[in-house]
Amino acid sequence: MTSAAVSVVQLTHFFDHSELPALDGIDAEIRAGRITGLVGPDGAGKTTLMRLMASLLVPSQGKVTTCGFDTRCDPGPIRERIGYMPQRFGLYEDLSVIENLRLYADLRAVFGRQREEAFERLLAFTDLKNFTSRLAGRLSGGMKQKLGLACALIRRPQVLLLDEPSVGVDPISRRELWRMVRELVDEEMAVVWSTAYLDEAEQCDEALLLNSGKLLFSGAPGALTQRVSGRVAQVRGLPENVKRLTLARLLNHPRVLDGIVQGAALRLLLRDVSDVEVAQLDLPDGAELIPVSPNFEDAFMDILGGGPGGKSELAERYDSLADDGKPVVVAQGLTKRFGGFTAVHDNSFSIRRGEIFGLLGPNGAGKSTTFKMMCGLLKPTEGIGKVAGIDLRHAASKARNRLGYMAQKFSLYGDLSVRENLRFFSGVYGLRGAEQRKAIEQMIEVFELGAYVTARAGELPLGFKQRLSLACAMMHKPDVLFLDEPTSGVDPETRREFWNHINGLVQKGVTILVTTHFMDEAEYCDRIGLIYSGEKIAEGTPEELKQRVASDENPDPTLEDAFISLVRASHVERSLVA
Amino acid sequence: MLPRLCSLIVKELLAALKDPKARFLLIMPPLIQTLLFAFAVTLEVNNMTLAVQNLDGGKWSYELIQRLSASRTFTNVIAVESEEQIMRALDEQLAIAALSIPQDFSRAIEAGIPADVQLLLDGRKTNTAQIVAGYTEQIVGALQQELSGGEQGNVVLIERNWFNPNLNYKWFTLPSLVAILSTLIALLVTAMSVAREREVGTFEQLLVSPLRPVEILLGKAAAALLIATLEATGIILIAVYGFRIPFEGSPLLLYSSMIVFLLSIIGVGLFISSLSMTQQQGILGAFTFMVPAVILSGFATPIENMPEWLQFITLGDPLRWFLVIVRGIFLKGMPAADVAANTWPLAIIAVITLSAADILFRKRME
Repeated sequence: MTSAAVSVVQLTHFFDHSELPALDGIDAEIRAGRITGLVGPDGAGKTTLMRLMASLLVPSQGKVTTCGFDTRCDPGPIRERIGYMPQRFGLYEDLSVIENLRLYADLRAVFGRQREEAFERLLAFTDLKNFTSRLAGRLSGGMKQKLGLACALIRRPQVLLLDEPSVGVDPISRRELWRMVRELVDEEMAVVWSTAYLDEAEQCDEALLLNSGKLLFSGAPGALTQRVSGRVAQVRGLPENVKRLTLARLLNHPRVLDGIVQGAALRLLLRDVSDVEVAQLDLPDGAELIPVSPNFEDAFMDILGGGPGGKSELAERYDSLADDGKPVVVAQGLTKRFGGFTAVHDNSFSIRRGEIFGLLGPNGAGKSTTFKMMCGLLKPTEGIGKVAGIDLRHAASKARNRLGYMAQKFSLYGDLSVRENLRFFSGVYGLRGAEQRKAIEQMIEVFELGAYVTARAGELPLGFKQRLSLACAMMHKPDVLFLDEPTSGVDPETRREFWNHINGLVQKGVTILVTTHFMDEAEYCDRIGLIYSGEKIAEGTPEELKQRVASDENPDPTLEDAFISLVRASHVERSLVA
Repeated sequence: MLPRLCSLIVKELLAALKDPKARFLLIMPPLIQTLLFAFAVTLEVNNMTLAVQNLDGGKWSYELIQRLSASRTFTNVIAVESEEQIMRALDEQLAIAALSIPQDFSRAIEAGIPADVQLLLDGRKTNTAQIVAGYTEQIVGALQQELSGGEQGNVVLIERNWFNPNLNYKWFTLPSLVAILSTLIALLVTAMSVAREREVGTFEQLLVSPLRPVEILLGKAAAALLIATLEATGIILIAVYGFRIPFEGSPLLLYSSMIVFLLSIIGVGLFISSLSMTQQQGILGAFTFMVPAVILSGFATPIENMPEWLQFITLGDPLRWFLVIVRGIFLKGMPAADVAANTWPLAIIAVITLSAADILFRKRME
């Protein structure tokens, strides 16, 4: 085997302002001819490590050698030999596709015939040939990433560093990106692909798993999943109404290490391989335990020693909301046109009390427009939206008082303290005096925020930020909770804790609307509406959607498979009509 | 609605003051500018050079030249002999003005008949020339008055500078600064506020709360009003106690007109903010408004000297009206009727800017 393209030895890195290292004692090697996945949740240190490899940062301790040069003393030759695609779109939005390419060619000193050839090759490779004069800012998420990739490849690099290329990219474009990068790799090129999506790790030849600055694993992804083989199983055949209760109970079971909802089934990670019987888990009649092949996330949870259990203090203290049988959220023929452009066309759905409904679709499909209409922020051109029986056309503010909202991005006031945030949001939702104080104290207790009440919200550890966001959304005891990609990029432990709360709240009759393009979030939903190009192209339980695309070649499709097939089918149908 | 609004105002104040960068931006520039303007911006005309062509040579012509060169305005008096030299002195900017004393000057004075002196001014420096002319007239006038024994015998043109008899420029600048700096603060606080929420991602969170768009704007306006009024108070205190500028009028009148004035500025700020995606754009927008607003306000150049169409535009500049009020209240105890006469245009501007901000804010939500 050739020598390492990048080698990292005893690397520890500190940023001035924090006492904890961003990276702690990392040893790793990256080899040519392979895609190495840099895998870990947000804040794990992926970008820092990548920037150290690119010689953009100088390590505090230890040594990084890229292409045979020390990043500390020889940044010049390294930069000539690497291609780096940063996380935040590193292109000029006001320049066209070809102008961006030209700029990068100038910067890399690629001229003359060599340049023409490079452009020809890259435009063909990225399929951007027909869009050369379009402004980069006007490209879709997937096309932007392709252009970013093309710019990083102007001069064929020895090491290609891709920082979260699949963020903000829909599953279809994501598969394309993977295919493209796979094509690129040869004996001379090493690719580093960082990602917060654990399922991507399995597509890498090699994976480095980072968590809170520590390297938890390095090696072939299969070697990691090996450690949990025989311990992962699905519980199927559960009656719908006891699914979440069963999960909450199982998560506290001594033989269960971890568990999540997967459509109608539960996925369990067992503590040991000894064959567990259905009876031992006190499963209800008709339920069966079927072994399934383990994935990267199962193994990650195993390394972490399991999840946070199944208890939700928040849900336990929540007052039960009575079910009168009427739907809590209703959309009837929602349509929104902006000038000549139809963002949403005739979208209808209704959500029962205590149901989790997901709006699933790629970016720009009309999810957020639908979502905004359901909050009363946008007036629909046609159609009606109702929340908790209140028509949004007439009493949007009143309707908003009945709903809570939580977004993926931490969207509280970072300069305000935890208590100031809680006070603000409770005040805005009309809580006052003793009631307000009680609600705040309760949230501090439930989410164990006691140690942080005076800390600036922006400086909280990620997990606590997530808790505070949920606390701010729930203080006024809403009937309905709207979630916008609530757990993307969040570490699996925090994600489990979050869904514990949601599962518990649903038991108490809280109704949930989730908008997302992440499959694992969609798996938690009771029903999914699939949105594409402004229209709902399918609706059903995750199981039903999967069944619709099941075929002989793929008898057990994943939700992502279902998503891609359904979107493609709708696309074909549409071009036939046109 | 009221408690909701209160929570929002408290949050806005905290957000504006807890961010160290924003805090710095709100406190340091006004403080520095107060001092800078107070000491460095000299609207007073000193250290000028006067060219004198003395064709008379008599006692009175020397008396006049003595008096002129004794004033602080002219530190330098140069003698010129001919018309050409006068032209050269002005052309080459050796002197701001040239005084020509005719042959029969002393004789005419002795005889008690009107005596003419000619003052040629460098019109390229309009303001300075105007002030120099004023000074010179004053000095000539004083001499004339003495000669006529205090009687108003001859036609004597006396230009007196009312309310600021010594033309002390600090008396002029510091009250103006109350207006200009509170404009700056109100603009910055509001221009950044919506943009800040957009930038850090709290905007959606705010929008999905029961707060209505108009309440959000009201909350932001109230917070900005509080901060700007507070800063204006600081500058007033510095002016009155630090620089001993007289405060002749009613504080109540000043503050009530200031609120109307600040609302008109806040409308502009919120408009800019609704338009901006980032705080940077907001700040840029604020300055894009600020600079012409100051220039057209009459702070540095008299509005009367502007071309008429430009004078017409100044009617829409809130600063123009408030500058009159703040100077008037500070220096001459402007009566309520006059304050009101300058406040109602501000009220109209405020209604326009605030409704424009509201309309744009709603539109940009879509």
